[in-house]
Amino acid sequence: MDRHRNKATVLSIISMGLGQIYNCQFIKGILYLLVEAAGIFYFSSTLGRALWGITTLGETARHKVHGKFVNGDHSIYLLVQSLITLIFLAIFILIYVINVRDARKTAAEREKGIPPHNFKRSLRYLMDYKFAQAFLALPAVGILFFTIMPIIFMILLAFTNYSSPDHIPPAKLVDWVGFQTFRDLVALKSWSHTFFGVLIWTIIWAVLSTVTTYFGGLLVALLINQQGIKFKGFWRTILIIPYAIPQLISLLVMRNMFNGQFGPINQYLGYFGLKGLPWLTDPFWAKVTVIVVNMWVGIPVSMILIMGVLTTIPRDMYEAAEVDGATGFQKFRIVTLPMILFSTAPTLIMQFAGNINNFNAIFLLTNGNPVVGDYQYAGATDLLVTWLYKLTLDQNKYNMASAVGIIIFLIIASFSIYNYRRTKSFKEEDMIQ
Amino acid sequence: MSGMKMKKTIRLTLSYIVLVLLAVTAVYPALWVVLGSLRPGKSLYSKTLIPEHFTLDHYKELFTSNTILFGQWYMNTLKIAVCSMLIGVLLTLLTSYAVSRFRFRGRQTALSTILILGMFPGFMSMIAIYLLLKEFHLLDTHLALIIVYAAGAPLGGTFIAKGFLDTIPRTLDEAAKIDGASNMMIFTRIILPLSKPMLTYMALTQFVGPWVDFIFARLVLRTKENWTLAVGLYDMVSSNQNTNFTVFSAGAVLIAIPITVLFMFLQRLLVDGLTSGASKG
Repeated sequence: MDRHRNKATVLSIISMGLGQIYNCQFIKGILYLLVEAAGIFYFSSTLGRALWGITTLGETARHKVHGKFVNGDHSIYLLVQSLITLIFLAIFILIYVINVRDARKTAAEREKGIPPHNFKRSLRYLMDYKFAQAFLALPAVGILFFTIMPIIFMILLAFTNYSSPDHIPPAKLVDWVGFQTFRDLVALKSWSHTFFGVLIWTIIWAVLSTVTTYFGGLLVALLINQQGIKFKGFWRTILIIPYAIPQLISLLVMRNMFNGQFGPINQYLGYFGLKGLPWLTDPFWAKVTVIVVNMWVGIPVSMILIMGVLTTIPRDMYEAAEVDGATGFQKFRIVTLPMILFSTAPTLIMQFAGNINNFNAIFLLTNGNPVVGDYQYAGATDLLVTWLYKLTLDQNKYNMASAVGIIIFLIIASFSIYNYRRTKSFKEEDMIQ
Repeated sequence: MSGMKMKKTIRLTLSYIVLVLLAVTAVYPALWVVLGSLRPGKSLYSKTLIPEHFTLDHYKELFTSNTILFGQWYMNTLKIAVCSMLIGVLLTLLTSYAVSRFRFRGRQTALSTILILGMFPGFMSMIAIYLLLKEFHLLDTHLALIIVYAAGAPLGGTFIAKGFLDTIPRTLDEAAKIDGASNMMIFTRIILPLSKPMLTYMALTQFVGPWVDFIFARLVLRTKENWTLAVGLYDMVSSNQNTNFTVFSAGAVLIAIPITVLFMFLQRLLVDGLTSGASKG
């Protein structure tokens, strides 16, 4: 009794939509046919060039013909175009597989005597049983093109020699070089010294800045939320001000305030007869300054977040604790803290990751300076991201920047995922109600 | 009894002292900028915090100067921030609702993917996005910024939003389902109204992001008329920091105002979570 099933499968393999039409699902079938037609039209003109482009990265650079420059292949554009085509191909294949499976499933149901869904019923089914997937489709497309594709592109760059001065299109071609860039990074002393130096400071920075802002925010939130504190709204509003000011401005202002020679902070210290500190010019004090300024910027964010969580803690949990005779501190330890940690644990990890990549705090405040003599294009407060920025925009060492990015990403990602999987909210997310 | 009262008074007094100190620290740099914008002259530093004379000349200059297209930049930024906020919040909400409420194949993969992608250095992909936008002829357009900001929103916001949605009791959905509500109805009638505090938080961060961002905006926006405030102001202060500081301060004040006002307007929603009473009532 499998006459429908195999016929529908074969037909939908021959062309999308034929299986559905065979199953009397005409609207669906025609929609699939249109997708197939669009796909064939698009790929017939692009696929060949895409495969050639991604394997060779171009064969002729810009060259002179009769004394005039003629444009050759632009390796980087070729790479981007090829990637886009290949991503569309992947989506197309995915739709094809879905199409075949759908046709086969419907035909199987027909054999059992269940009539195929009409178009309205199909939509209804989608809304009832595939709701989550339908909801995720739109964000997924955005993420695919503006996050995943660029990441693939940058990963690919690490395996090329795309760097100044010898391999910058359109004048020169770019080639695949395998792991050469990674080898240089670890084996060449000038690079590895900078890499490990910057890496260690990045981790110290991320830990300190996350811990200080999170617990700072927690303390402030609890301080305001205490029983008996008047004008809660007023305090909240005042303490939110650093958050309301764009970082671009507050950090540039801070940069002036902490200026060692004429900044107001050193002037005030001068009034008290104290000698000013080299806030931004000494490697150690520059590090202290970025941490302190980051607290000023970051505490309000944690405060809002934690206050939001505080409002969701049911009152009856406190009432129950009070009946059992819990003191204020015990209520905090047994009810408040676990609830806050539960709700914010993933955020905390994201904040940690965000601080590793906290470009603004460093770039606007110190620009990565003060410069360290034996570093390759890096300063004492440079994080890996700001180093990447300098390598990319100032030095055009795209391949090295990508390699650094990949290495640090692998370390951080594995650490964060491990950490995340251990948090309670991942294991027992259905437990709390 | 009086011992406890005494203890309470000491606790509150100490708390107020700490709060006042924190408030001063929070406000001081802001005050410095505001007063700087009202100070005559162009110099960056003055001996006294409060200027001897006040002037509004710097604000006038912002809107009359030929080199500073402040009004234009303001409208550009507002447009970009509002559009990417609306789309970004929608995308984040869709993502977080799906992963919080439904158990489907590939859910853990989706969660891990979001987590991992969120950790990738954003700057690394910027060159790629730049080339991509060039490919689609979107360079120097506001649409490009809106698309990129909005598309990136779910990566940053999903986990926060999911954490919040997880605390809305499931029993509400189940009750509605028994009453015959569809998934869409549950989403719009139950989840959305209860998510107001979280939505507010998301909207704020989504609005502030584009408002603040200048690295990416500077990469994409090439002509001065298309600039956002951040790009314009950074240009102002980085090219000749010492001579233009007071005008910069005036611009800074005008940038901070809408966000501060927006926050004051929304913070009641933000903090008075409706969810605390939901499962009882």
